[in-house]
Amino acid sequence: MSGHSSFEPNNAFLKWFEQRLPILGLLKASFVDYPTPRNLNYWWTFGGILSFMLAVQIVTGIVLVMHYTPHVDHAFNSVEMLMRDVNYGWLLRYLHANGASMFFVAVYIHMFRGLYYGSYKAPREILWILGVIIYLLMMATGFLGYTLPWGQMSYWGATVITNFFSAFPLVGEPLVTWLWGGYAIGNPTLQRFFSLHYLLPFVIAGVVVLHVWALHVSGQNNPAGVEPKTPKDTVPFTPYATVKDAFFMVVFCLLYAWFVFYIPNYLGHADNYIPANPGVTPAHIVPEWYYLPFYAILRAIPNKLLGVLALFGSIIILAFLPWLDTSRVKSARYRPLYRIFFWVFVVVCLGLGWLGSKPAEGGYVTAARVLTFWYFFHFIVLLPVLGFVEKTKPLPNSISESVLKGKKVVASLLVALLVGVAAIAGGHSSASAAEGAPQPPRQKWTFSGPFGTFDRAQLQRGFKVYREVCQACHSLSLVALRNLAEPGGPEFSRAQAEAVAAEYKVKDGPNDQGEMFERDGRLADRFPPTFANEQAARAANGGAYPPDLSVIAKARTYERGFPWFLIDIVSQYQENGPDYIVALLEGYEDPPAGFQLPEGSNYNKYFPGHAIGMPQPLQDGQIEYADGTPATLHNYAKDVTAFLMWTAEPHMEARKRIGFQVMIFLIVLAGLMYFTKKKVWHEVEKPREIATGQDPKATSM
Amino acid sequence: MTTVSSAEPTRRDFLYIATGAVAAIGGAATLVPLIAQMNPDASTIAAGAPVEIDLAPIADGQMIKVFWRSKPIFIFHRSKKDIDEARAVNVASLPDPQPDQARVKEGHDQWLIVIGICTHLGCIPLARQGAYDGWFCPCHGSVYDTSGRIRQGPAPTNLVIPPYAFTSDTKIQIG
Ligand code: FES
Repeated sequence: MSGHSSFEPNNAFLKWFEQRLPILGLLKASFVDYPTPRNLNYWWTFGGILSFMLAVQIVTGIVLVMHYTPHVDHAFNSVEMLMRDVNYGWLLRYLHANGASMFFVAVYIHMFRGLYYGSYKAPREILWILGVIIYLLMMATGFLGYTLPWGQMSYWGATVITNFFSAFPLVGEPLVTWLWGGYAIGNPTLQRFFSLHYLLPFVIAGVVVLHVWALHVSGQNNPAGVEPKTPKDTVPFTPYATVKDAFFMVVFCLLYAWFVFYIPNYLGHADNYIPANPGVTPAHIVPEWYYLPFYAILRAIPNKLLGVLALFGSIIILAFLPWLDTSRVKSARYRPLYRIFFWVFVVVCLGLGWLGSKPAEGGYVTAARVLTFWYFFHFIVLLPVLGFVEKTKPLPNSISESVLKGKKVVASLLVALLVGVAAIAGGHSSASAAEGAPQPPRQKWTFSGPFGTFDRAQLQRGFKVYREVCQACHSLSLVALRNLAEPGGPEFSRAQAEAVAAEYKVKDGPNDQGEMFERDGRLADRFPPTFANEQAARAANGGAYPPDLSVIAKARTYERGFPWFLIDIVSQYQENGPDYIVALLEGYEDPPAGFQLPEGSNYNKYFPGHAIGMPQPLQDGQIEYADGTPATLHNYAKDVTAFLMWTAEPHMEARKRIGFQVMIFLIVLAGLMYFTKKKVWHEVEKPREIATGQDPKATSM
Repeated sequence: MTTVSSAEPTRRDFLYIATGAVAAIGGAATLVPLIAQMNPDASTIAAGAPVEIDLAPIADGQMIKVFWRSKPIFIFHRSKKDIDEARAVNVASLPDPQPDQARVKEGHDQWLIVIGICTHLGCIPLARQGAYDGWFCPCHGSVYDTSGRIRQGPAPTNLVIPPYAFTSDTKIQIG
């Protein structure tokens, strides 16, 4: 955005316009002619990817707002209605929810790249600090956004995080009350969080403009860490950087699409499919994965105020990095010691992230303290000292020279990352077996995997089980009767669905006399509630509240543990909820000797804590199947679970089908982009062959 | 650089065009969900199902308003006088010529069912007002007669007849 425009339009109107508002010249200077170092590697494409993700989040977010209701009574349901009823609503929400994670994946890579190549050093200090501000704004925005679905994690995450501020003496309590607009998190909180969640992305966009401006003043850093000296050291932004960025953006979209279409809830929490309940805290409060390292730091410190200060300090310290690092050499390529400590630091951050997801007890806390110490030690001691004691390697004279030597330092960072994760987590592989509940056995499901579909007959049987047994206590309030006849589900005929609907009594009114009345259900109705309200349900069930089953298959899970949670990303194992439900329905046994079963509860092997209020609901032979399927408990459990998976994710078949099309498209586009990029860069990468006329692929210029 | 094979630029151009075309297709496909999400959602469409109305309580000369697909529907139990008025006019002289018989179901001439939305710009006309005993729209002064036909004012067409059928002598289903 600096420098003089060389843009002189031929068109008379453009010339007239340009004299009055030289915006085209500005754009051309910034995004076409702008010289970029010719030796940038793919780690430099993440700036572009981040801009893209910001745009995706803003566009999908604006769309979600069209269907969302920021009110404690409606927020959860409005999100569910978006997922069920709005055209492509499920896609837009999954794009937004996973988009936030992808945004953070990209920003972390972008930041670690900056750390590795010393991109924060003079003259880029302001550029770096603007980046830290963007990162802080992103964290705030992500947090605010996660409260909006108003599930259990939304509510309790918001409670825990806003309580950070209560740590400050004197101002703490009034400050938190002010943030909440009440005596606890409530409707005022939700509404202000919604407002701010809508605002902050535009603030981010504004700071991004400053960030890019500062970048274009100082120019990009590069893997060699020496500034461009001659025109031979740079290439114009367009087409060289543009096409390279575009290619890698498509590759990144492949990862994004994998999450959106195949494992859309992997990065979320099952608890967030349970509506917010101010009276019950989930067993594990865990923030979104991108906050985990900081959460681990918070919990590592035994003092409340110091913990909060350490958490904020661990982020703020990044802003001082340009002065903490005393070395004059930028790139880690020429800093043998720093390079080692950089990787140690990466592993420390990953380790903190993993510890943040674990309960704060025993060895986990000790480990978190060690790593927290190292985190600060890295910045406060190591970096300043290293600058004085490290013997750096000789720098190349110019970028061109470094290119000709051409060492591929940018080796497989991803592999290294994975090794880092493995190394950290490896020693603790048995951690998942905690909680005292055995792992539910894996079931075979027709709907698993990238091409999975529901078995219609199974869903129809499952619906029979629901109607004849579960329905006596559990409602299905988010599901509409018409859904029974829609494609991708049990696919009853319309007439069958209408007959089912007519068997339900629905409360309607008031009529002309001002009275509520009951009428037969219609396809447009949702399943009527089993009980009028929670109190009535509790009264009828000995104090226990039978949960609504609409999204239960996504609201239940079990801990997979290392390394399974990583393998699940690739294998697309998403059936934690269904496997758990089957295990639960089959898990009733006599309590082991010495187990104190509370009055009115039943022993279940798979239920956390084992004492479950619900008596064994299903037994062999209880329900008659018309299609000859054996009437066994196992079949009932599987069928009703498959049915509940469908009620939780009614558009799963469409999701996987569209996902496959998107994947194929992206692979084709990535291939084309790759060859286009190769063609465009050909002249730069093989300059000597071209110059001497030996290049067989020479092209006319 | 004069040693240029003529085939090469063509191949390169083809690659660029193919890449650009595929990217453009992807961009266009992305617009589909972004646009489609603004159409009525499944619950709105389901709620727009036909409704049944009992005509028995509606007295001679009375007009009631019901809602179907969020639109007001006027159900007008016309008196003999109303029908005669509507049939006495010279159809050809009307702004939107239509005989009264074409606007009611045969054998149910006393029942006029119209969508109660002014065809000018969407206001709801007031019943039994204006010079023709039908409706008068307060927004810009359109006047409708007892057949719901436009007689005066800026509205271009007669009040619209919704799809409906008599399920019995005293019941209709709208939609
Ligand atoms: S809207 Fe009725 S006259 Fe204009």
